[in-house]
Amino acid sequence: MGETLIQKIMARASSKESVSPGEIVTCAVDLAMILDSGGPRKIWPRLEQLGVGVYDNEKVVVVADHFVPAADPQSAAILKLTRDFVKKFDIKHFYDMEGICHVLMAENGHLQPGMFCCGGDSHSTMGGAFGCYMAGFGAIEMSGVVVTGNIWSVVPETIKVDWSGTFGDGVAAKDIMLFLARELGMENAFKVVEYGGPTIREMSMMERMVLTNMAAELGAETGLIAPDEITLEAIRAGGTEPSEDALDWRSDDDATFCAEHSFDADTLAPQVAAPHKPSNSAPAEDYEKDKIHVDQAYIGACVGAKLTDLHMVASVLKGKQVKSGTRLMVAPSSKKIMTEAAADGTLATITEAGGMILPSGCGACAGLGAGIIADGEVCISSTNRNFQGRMGSNESLVYLGSPYTVAAAAVAGHIVDPRELLS
Amino acid sequence: MSAVTGKAWVFGDEINSDVMAPGIYFKESVEVMASHCLEAVDPDFASNVQPGDIVVAGRAFGVGSAREQAALSFAHMKVGAILAKSYARIFYRNMLNFGVPALVFPEADEISAKDEVTVDAIAGTVENKTTGKSYSVSPIPEHLMEMISMGGLMPYLKKKIDAGELKTGAMPK
Ligand code: SF4
Repeated sequence: MGETLIQKIMARASSKESVSPGEIVTCAVDLAMILDSGGPRKIWPRLEQLGVGVYDNEKVVVVADHFVPAADPQSAAILKLTRDFVKKFDIKHFYDMEGICHVLMAENGHLQPGMFCCGGDSHSTMGGAFGCYMAGFGAIEMSGVVVTGNIWSVVPETIKVDWSGTFGDGVAAKDIMLFLARELGMENAFKVVEYGGPTIREMSMMERMVLTNMAAELGAETGLIAPDEITLEAIRAGGTEPSEDALDWRSDDDATFCAEHSFDADTLAPQVAAPHKPSNSAPAEDYEKDKIHVDQAYIGACVGAKLTDLHMVASVLKGKQVKSGTRLMVAPSSKKIMTEAAADGTLATITEAGGMILPSGCGACAGLGAGIIADGEVCISSTNRNFQGRMGSNESLVYLGSPYTVAAAAVAGHIVDPRELLS
Repeated sequence: MSAVTGKAWVFGDEINSDVMAPGIYFKESVEVMASHCLEAVDPDFASNVQPGDIVVAGRAFGVGSAREQAALSFAHMKVGAILAKSYARIFYRNMLNFGVPALVFPEADEISAKDEVTVDAIAGTVENKTTGKSYSVSPIPEHLMEMISMGGLMPYLKKKIDAGELKTGAMPK
């Protein structure tokens, strides 16, 4: 009988011939990514308590991205501790203020199809765009991984989601995910979502990563996309040679899925999620009659400020101005993206329109750094989550949209369908 | 790990990690973090919950982030057990790793705030002493039983490492 991609990955990681959904396996971890937020500051004391070190200083990757740059003494202390940890345990791969972790794994050739990876952050699912398992775990569990190099897992069932057709102008991968959060709900725990179909095959890696990143918003264990030539090119661009069997990592044609869905991108409209959850979404035009005033438009996070996202923003802003009474803030997902966007004129378009550029890092996305919002304020954001209090005050309201939709709201001063500003 | 009895605190569906552990308090100690746990949905909870109390919730409890503080806050307050209709994956794993039994409990609607509830996670029984109703639930998965009865992942690892049963890296000098 055919096997799904996740079955093949977990069989290899657990050194078994084959595994079935529901089976409990112990997997060897190929890469363990830990972060300033829940990494060294939580894990180091536990290593001391156990009197042991990390299982492999090549496989434990450390990223400082959540509290960068330090905005207060506590953040500075957390970052210093993170750097001290890297020295003490002789960690070979450390990214200090280079950008947001999930984007860095992709940019730097860390991910290969078939790998089994764990990350100390729920959006670690983003790595699944490379056809590998990468899922999020809490710091307590990452402590165990960093010590033993192993983790238990229940082999998940797979939900297959296929997209065909072509996006209209002003529609992006983010709209797929806000639509899917509504359609599939946020309760797909212990299941994997595998995306496929012609629309996905046409997408760049940066766009595919939006789908796997926000598999977390579906509550899924992770998101997966079978590798193709576009994947291999991205691995090479990160400075790594793809493994020889890279393209073999895919679900068999006769694999069993627990659910199969097909959707059409031709008819997909820009989507907006209202407070306080991503599944609370509707077409952007449905919000127009309420003229929802926007105090802040935020372009940021792992999911929403990659180069493709910044290009979307610039395409809306070109020759226009951010509405007075609304502020636009843009925090590119990584230093590399910042450099590329500076070189190709994208940043200039944004600042000429009145946008402000913030450092690369998690920042306001999780209420940790610059750009948080006050009681009663409304923010529309290209990030992935709008839980109550996520971006600052418990009494603030966060709407989610694609980079097109966020930029359009910045220009209009209220929530609009971005297609009106592109034509 | 024996049976626990406590007062029920009842929450709804899709209570997320960010209201359990708000990001703006991330840099603070466990004590401070826990004192803000769930304040956006029930401002009384963190100040009045007692050791052994039982948290009852609806679907997708803990949905969202990987932040262990969401689970650690409940462990820190010495919550006796969690009974929810369903859990978000990372939160569920975190709870068990901190040694707090989290059981799937489809009948969560039959428990009201302040009911006196007894939970036996090993036997897989729940008793609502206020209403007099008893339930059987799936106990904690067998492969995790040892870890949870030892108080969570850290005591479990410590024992295995001290017994020489686990291969690990060495602490640098
Ligand atoms: S940018 Fe936001 S969603 Fe992404 S890793 Fe940082 S805090 Fe998490």
